[in-house]
Amino acid sequence: MKFAILAFPASNCELDAYYAITDILCEEAALVSYDSDSLIDFDAVIVPGGFSYGDYLRSGAIARFAPIIPALREFANSGKPVIGICNGFQILTEAGLLPGALQKNTVAQFICRDQQLIVTNNQSPFSNLYDEGAIITLPIAHGDGNYYCDTQTLKSLEANNQIIFRYHNNPNGSVSDIAGITNQKGNVLGMMPHPERAVEKILGSDDGRQLFTSIINFIKTGEVAFHE
Amino acid sequence: MSNIDVQATEISPTIIEEQKLYQSLGLSDDEYQLIKNEVLGRLPNYTEIGLFSGMWSEHCSYKNSKPVLKKFFSKGPRVVKGPGEGAGIIDIGDGQGVVFKAESHNHPSAVEPFQGATTGVGGILRDIFSMGARPIASLDSLRFGTPRTAADRYLISQVVAGIGAYGNSIGVPTVGGDIAFDDAYSQNPLVNVMCVGLMALDNIQVGAAAGVGNSIIYVGAKTGRDGINGASFASAQFDSEHENQRSAVQVGDPFTEKLVMEACLEISTNHADALIGMQDMGAAGLVSSSAEMGSKAGGNGMILNLDLVPQREANMTPFEMMLSESQERMLLCVKKGYEDEVLSVFAEYGVEAITIGHVTDDDHYQLLHQGNIVVDVPVDALASQAPVYYRQSKVPARIEQASTRQFVPNVASPTRVLRQMLAQLTIASKKSLYETYDSQVQTNTLVKPGSDAAVVRVRHYDKALAMTTDVNGRYLYLNPRIGGQIAVAEAARNIVASGGLPLGITDCLNFGNPEKPEQFYELDQAVQGMSEACETFATPVISGNVSLHNEFNDVPIYPTPMVGMVGLIQGLEHITTQDFKQAGDFVYVIGQTHNDFNGSEIQKMQTGKISGQLFDFDLENEFKMQNFVMQAIENNLLQSAHDVSEGGLIVAIAEATFGNHLGVNLVSELMVHQFFAETQSRFVVSVSPQDQLAFEHLLGEHATCLGQVADNDFLHVMAQDGEFKLSVSQALNIWEGALPCSLK
Amino acid sequence: MTVVKVFVNYKESILNPEAQAIQQALGRLGYENITQLKVGKTFELTFSDELTRAEIVQEVNEISDRMLANYNMENYTYEIIELEGMS
Repeated sequence: MKFAILAFPASNCELDAYYAITDILCEEAALVSYDSDSLIDFDAVIVPGGFSYGDYLRSGAIARFAPIIPALREFANSGKPVIGICNGFQILTEAGLLPGALQKNTVAQFICRDQQLIVTNNQSPFSNLYDEGAIITLPIAHGDGNYYCDTQTLKSLEANNQIIFRYHNNPNGSVSDIAGITNQKGNVLGMMPHPERAVEKILGSDDGRQLFTSIINFIKTGEVAFHE
Repeated sequence: MSNIDVQATEISPTIIEEQKLYQSLGLSDDEYQLIKNEVLGRLPNYTEIGLFSGMWSEHCSYKNSKPVLKKFFSKGPRVVKGPGEGAGIIDIGDGQGVVFKAESHNHPSAVEPFQGATTGVGGILRDIFSMGARPIASLDSLRFGTPRTAADRYLISQVVAGIGAYGNSIGVPTVGGDIAFDDAYSQNPLVNVMCVGLMALDNIQVGAAAGVGNSIIYVGAKTGRDGINGASFASAQFDSEHENQRSAVQVGDPFTEKLVMEACLEISTNHADALIGMQDMGAAGLVSSSAEMGSKAGGNGMILNLDLVPQREANMTPFEMMLSESQERMLLCVKKGYEDEVLSVFAEYGVEAITIGHVTDDDHYQLLHQGNIVVDVPVDALASQAPVYYRQSKVPARIEQASTRQFVPNVASPTRVLRQMLAQLTIASKKSLYETYDSQVQTNTLVKPGSDAAVVRVRHYDKALAMTTDVNGRYLYLNPRIGGQIAVAEAARNIVASGGLPLGITDCLNFGNPEKPEQFYELDQAVQGMSEACETFATPVISGNVSLHNEFNDVPIYPTPMVGMVGLIQGLEHITTQDFKQAGDFVYVIGQTHNDFNGSEIQKMQTGKISGQLFDFDLENEFKMQNFVMQAIENNLLQSAHDVSEGGLIVAIAEATFGNHLGVNLVSELMVHQFFAETQSRFVVSVSPQDQLAFEHLLGEHATCLGQVADNDFLHVMAQDGEFKLSVSQALNIWEGALPCSLK
Repeated sequence: MTVVKVFVNYKESILNPEAQAIQQALGRLGYENITQLKVGKTFELTFSDELTRAEIVQEVNEISDRMLANYNMENYTYEIIELEGMS
């Protein structure tokens, strides 16, 4: 199976994701440029972190007009898994593939630290190998990670089980402690924490590994049903 | 020389001479006469005077520090490139080189702390990737006054925010550094940035422009009127009457830099055949990068057409274009015929690039503007023939008259003094600041900020690089030579404690005005001391930067030669951190403790100042202790290792309990006050019971067992005349809470 | 020539930590009479004479909706300034 890792001008976590997939999970991966227009041949897409287009205007706001986005939209609509990490999450919300928006952290500072998360839904393509309610540690590194959506959207996120990860001790002011959500169909995940930075014990945590093995498991067995 | 056409609007050469206008650009009467009589044999025009003022500034020419810098120990079997190029290179085996350099951005940061810091980070990154190396980590060495006012807090928060904004965005992890507070820096903060890069040794780039007809290519951001003549600005000193001098501020754009970096690395890796040289447009912008490139090539001149220079503002003069320090710009020399190949790479990355000139067969440096030759000077005169000054040196009275008596601290209630010590800003945790830096991007950071040295692995190899920055200006204030030795020694101790072999150093020499004999003495002695230490540890100086005139209203900062050191860890299993690992492990102090208090944190804390003669320091003993630790780590005998520095033994012990929240139960022959002594050449280590015999056999009398790590919340140390008793949680709260509290 | 200034600001319901920090800092400096402080973005678009006013209005709305503002948390206003004799 093969992962596409999108690379926008000034993405900066694309190689981290690449090495996590190829070196640690021993699956295939390829970097796909923002100006290409096809994601054919891929089984999953990672929209990595970074500061695409300098995060000018708003984080992710310019990247969402890149030539690759229509192909990404099509890929997502086909039901295959897409995961946006950090800046990738911001791009997916700006592109309308996920609801809500990411604002400045309430502390008005960039925060880089190990962060505890609660796995609130383990019935997703991205979390099926975690225990429900498990507490895991993943690094966060963001200035605009404060997830916002209106009350109605929050209600539907909750009703549909779209909240996959919640912060334990909310670091950034996110609504309802949200750290990661999926779209309604369940195949597009956006999350601020960095699972690709936590795939080896030597880096401090390997709790992120199961997220990728969950995706691989999902693709290979098709075992997690969508919440249609 | 040929005739020079001068624009009618420009100040005439005669007026420059008559009204001595060159003085406001930082050139002395003698320097002007030298240019007029020896170099040109005619009156220089306004643009030419501008070029000389930039190139002959201390920042570009090292005219005051060159005789001193020559003393640096800079050789070694691993040195691939020493001082002289943008950054130095050290061989780390497997065909790889580690490239590192540090640079100061003190004056810009004093004026506009956020942008001063961002452009400091941007500039040093360019120095690294212009060598063909990918930046893998950066570190920051910061000095501020004690924060008392809103303005102090603003300065600190903005410098930190600026460092984060640039490093986080471009995706180079900020992995370490050091921060200290002392009122010696309250009007003149120090912002020193170090960057470490990794490269394949067969990709080395040099900043030279050899070969007649080869093209000079301008790359990156457009040129604007920002930071004009920043090099002479950086070399002037501040006083309160001349606040308006403080106008040379540039704005950093990490997005453009990221694209420029990726494109330049692509060219140096995959288009090396086309490339002759590559250089950052740093201090003194276009003139310094081009003149240095021409001069280094030897025997060639160049002509540049300024009408082709991408400009952000209308009607820029040649003077402005040549001396602008707009950021995110590079200059390349490309083989004739290969221009399109190179330009197409930049186009692919969305980076502006254009051929603006070529290498000529004479030694003239010529500039064409609107059809006229507006500058025609010998290229070497600009780049390598600045006058060199041998300054007067005089021992400052404070050193000559210093008392030989060591300060004796009052430690009647040890626990209370310890609590107070943990809250001193220089001692307290810097977590609230470094947490705003992305320290993990690139996923190679194995030891994150907060330990003795940061450790970054070399992916796909069983090795890693340890890196640190250190210097204690207070020690140098009392004795610049010994203080200089200690700065290098402490850096080496940090590298060794993390499991590394010290490889070499870079430096930022932050000093006062070298024209004042007492301040020149400090510079000269510090360099001598550093060099002696470098020779002892076999850690050559491979790059560096000089920042003089760090004074405000004639009061200089403490002499502060920041040392940035990189070490090599062979075998990832040898990475060692400062935290105690397990209850039951034995705690040892390696090295002897003496009554060394002059210049110490406790002297400052209890008397409000630093005074007396600095304590003694023995380089040979230091080296010996470091070797013991290195051997112990190589034999896998240590569970943790932490160097003992500011605050003394008790602070080192407390810090070692924090990471894994383990207590200690220790007994010592020392007196309580000696726990605050800052005797050098000491480590606190922990050893598991099964390794105790082997460890004691290796160390012999040089290690003293103090007791054991405990599975509880108590930091309990019995000294001969009293005891320290504090819960680890409380100690941690004080230590982590002090800085956020004082910055609120 | 027509210049359009687009002002993008957070919706009333959205907390803007930057604005809050600035307001608090001003309070510390003694400026205590400020009851509300907003921080937003201004865009200045200069249009050529090719478009009619109605076309400009349409285009400004489109640009603002698509890119300049994020409808989830921001709204926008604009003003149109006609500059005469400059073209």
